[in-house]
Amino acid sequence: MEFLINLVLLLFLSAVTIAIIGVRNLFAVVVLGGAYSFLMATLLIAMDAVDVGMTEAAVGAGVSTVLLLSALHLTKTDEAPGRHSNVLPMALSVLTGLALVYGTWDLPRYGDADTPMNTYVGAEYLERSIDETTVPNVVTSVLASYRGYDTLGETAVIFTAGIGVLMLLKGRRRRKDEDGEDEGRS
Amino acid sequence: MEGLNELAFVLGGVNHWITVFLIMAGLYIIVSRSNMIKKLVGLSIFQTSVYLLYVSPGKIIGGTAPIISTDFAVYSNPLPHVLILTAIVVGVATLALGLALVVRINEAYGSIEEDEVYGDGDWN
Repeated sequence: MEFLINLVLLLFLSAVTIAIIGVRNLFAVVVLGGAYSFLMATLLIAMDAVDVGMTEAAVGAGVSTVLLLSALHLTKTDEAPGRHSNVLPMALSVLTGLALVYGTWDLPRYGDADTPMNTYVGAEYLERSIDETTVPNVVTSVLASYRGYDTLGETAVIFTAGIGVLMLLKGRRRRKDEDGEDEGRS
Repeated sequence: MEGLNELAFVLGGVNHWITVFLIMAGLYIIVSRSNMIKKLVGLSIFQTSVYLLYVSPGKIIGGTAPIISTDFAVYSNPLPHVLILTAIVVGVATLALGLALVVRINEAYGSIEEDEVYGDGDWN
């Protein structure tokens, strides 16, 4: 049953991705992107990653879609027809795909418990979390306690990105005002 | 039971292969489309496919979400979940920065198509 739910969601995800490649209207692309994120969130919950699923639904499907829509509002909503041949990009992606599929041959199968990843460090966290941090949700204890510095670094990245966005868009407003004055004078 | 194991083997591979397909699709959009917003959507697809790549090997069939309780014995691996939580948030931060750049480019060049920004594409 778990395999079946997983398979259906993966097929939906592929279908939405193909639609995103084909559609030329950017508004439709953004809405399909939201659907893609929700499917991804459902898939993550089906794979027991409940915290990740909720974050993806809120941030991936919510905030990302809002950001993309506001960017569309400030720019254009239609994509120009392609001028170049798509053969080279297609060849590049197929080549990359083949190399990656070759790489998956050595990966453990889905749902396997006896992999080094699941028996070594993951199991260790699950065993020690309650004794060392008293937090029942192991994702929370790893995020905030064992790997707290990771989270601090993440916050620094977001802060930097926020400053970057502010600086880029602040210049925009000032220039617009000057343009307005120029138009008024002439 | 034997047949079920074989089915599990093939379906277990499907998970990886669809991840690879999503990576291919993302890469194709980034390289082939000249519209910058479409490129950023392609970049997001590429990023989300990495979530699958990380989280799916951590799933254990018959396990539950890694929240310790006396009712359950088998839990999926919590470590990839933590790494991907960080990746999602950083992904949105880079998307926001990319979109701000696109807005500025649109203002400076009047276009969000890479071909038009670079000129007539004679170098192709």
